[in-house]
Amino acid sequence: MLCQRCQQRPATVHFTQVIGGDKTEYHLCDQCAQEKGDLLSKAAQAFSFNSWNPFQFNQLLSGLLNMESSPGFSSPPLTQLRCDHCGLPYSQFTKTGRFGCPHCYDSFEARLEPMLRRIQSNTTHTGKVPLRAGGQVKVKKELQRLRRELQQAVSLEQFEHAARLRDEIRRLEQQLEE
Amino acid sequence: MSLGEFLQRATSPWMREGGPQDDIVLTSRVRIARNLEGVPFPQLETDSHANQVIERVATALNSPAMRKLGDFELVRCSNLTPLDRAVLVEKHLISRDLAEEARHGAVALRQDEVISIMVNEEDHLRIQCILPGMRVDEAWRLANTVDDALESELTWAFHERLGYLTACPTNVGTGIRASVMMHLPGLVISGQINRLLSAVSQVGLTVRGLYGEGSEAAGNLFQVSNQVTLGESEQEIIQNLTGVVLQLIDHERAARKALLQANREALEDRVCRSFGILAYARRMDSKETLQRLSDVRLGIDLGIIKGVSSRILQELLVMTQPAFLQKYFGQELSPEERDVRRAALIRERLRLDDMEVRG
Repeated sequence: MLCQRCQQRPATVHFTQVIGGDKTEYHLCDQCAQEKGDLLSKAAQAFSFNSWNPFQFNQLLSGLLNMESSPGFSSPPLTQLRCDHCGLPYSQFTKTGRFGCPHCYDSFEARLEPMLRRIQSNTTHTGKVPLRAGGQVKVKKELQRLRRELQQAVSLEQFEHAARLRDEIRRLEQQLEE
Repeated sequence: MSLGEFLQRATSPWMREGGPQDDIVLTSRVRIARNLEGVPFPQLETDSHANQVIERVATALNSPAMRKLGDFELVRCSNLTPLDRAVLVEKHLISRDLAEEARHGAVALRQDEVISIMVNEEDHLRIQCILPGMRVDEAWRLANTVDDALESELTWAFHERLGYLTACPTNVGTGIRASVMMHLPGLVISGQINRLLSAVSQVGLTVRGLYGEGSEAAGNLFQVSNQVTLGESEQEIIQNLTGVVLQLIDHERAARKALLQANREALEDRVCRSFGILAYARRMDSKETLQRLSDVRLGIDLGIIKGVSSRILQELLVMTQPAFLQKYFGQELSPEERDVRRAALIRERLRLDDMEVRG
């Protein structure tokens, strides 16, 4: 087996990371493993508990993020990607493991998916929904449905029905603004 | 002030009171991370954002829903001395990051210190509930109630698919970190601990030392907590953790029993030596203190040492920390002076209980 990272030398270091039942396997050559030694030793500590040196999850996380962008891992090179809301450069996120604002999750969505799959068990929230925002989520979904229905009604020239839909949409929009 | 009075006033319930399975589980803790919609995370906050967050939290604390949950006092870290901040860290009420680094950190404490809300740490809010014994489910329900009450005034940053948004993606989704602090001397002495902890890590949990991330597992104390926050519901996370902790408790009890059967004398000797050292030594560093306290606590649990409160471990493990010592003696102390005072404090604390060592 060739090294996953350089694709040149044979892989001699094999490492499996298991989070929430999801396995990620790493196969690296001695040299690449050495270069990623920090990451691997951190990860090994975290998952084997053979030694009790401090385990900094952030370092492991940023290690994984950098690994994603290193040669051999088929991600495009990092560009000047920034959050369009707070301006945080993606490169800073990979160093600190911290986002700048709630919108960063949308700005970096494409890169977030594979990372979340690695560090979390899934990429969809199934837990608690806030009472307030939860209500808004419901209203937004209802609005989308009504707008589709309105278009259909207009195209079918069902104007009375369309007028009722329009009033309902206005009511919900007002509710959202409040 | 006598030591007894100081203990009453300066300790939190989790240090004084008992709970289910408290021969092995010291505390159950749940914290949930929440952020305000439309405000940058604390890392990128301007001064005015940060003040705005604190003011909005202050308003929320005054809401009828929050008032129903008790009296909270909101303090800015900048209004606390570094020593008082360090004491709060040692009592597990705030994080080291909030005490040392947060520019605009604040903390809201309920009078009984069961609930603490950190403001402007890594996230805008971190709601924490800490209870003695194995009560992680209760801690979650309480934290959940606080979350609902705060939400009567505050709008959380929430994503339809990703859930509650947090500064670090390791917390996104539920934002929950549930952790149980366990005293596992039987598993450590019998050499089973590494095997068990690596098994624990296979099911999405992590294990850390006494003071969280990066701290040593001194005194045979381990904090078991969930790693994953997204894709599982809060109930599933709590159930998973509870299931694993209950298994660890069974293993620990079996290990203690086996140790007693296999070599009672060696165990009694170890426990009583540590007791003798704590009762008479004139200098104790923190590391040895924790190790000896762990032995003595094991001795109490196994009935080898009688007449000493089993609370002594959690009380003294906090009381003998650097900031707490300085608070008690009312002066700044060098590490060498601390070792001397620590030994004195331990001797005094042991005298509070009616000592009687079987043997």
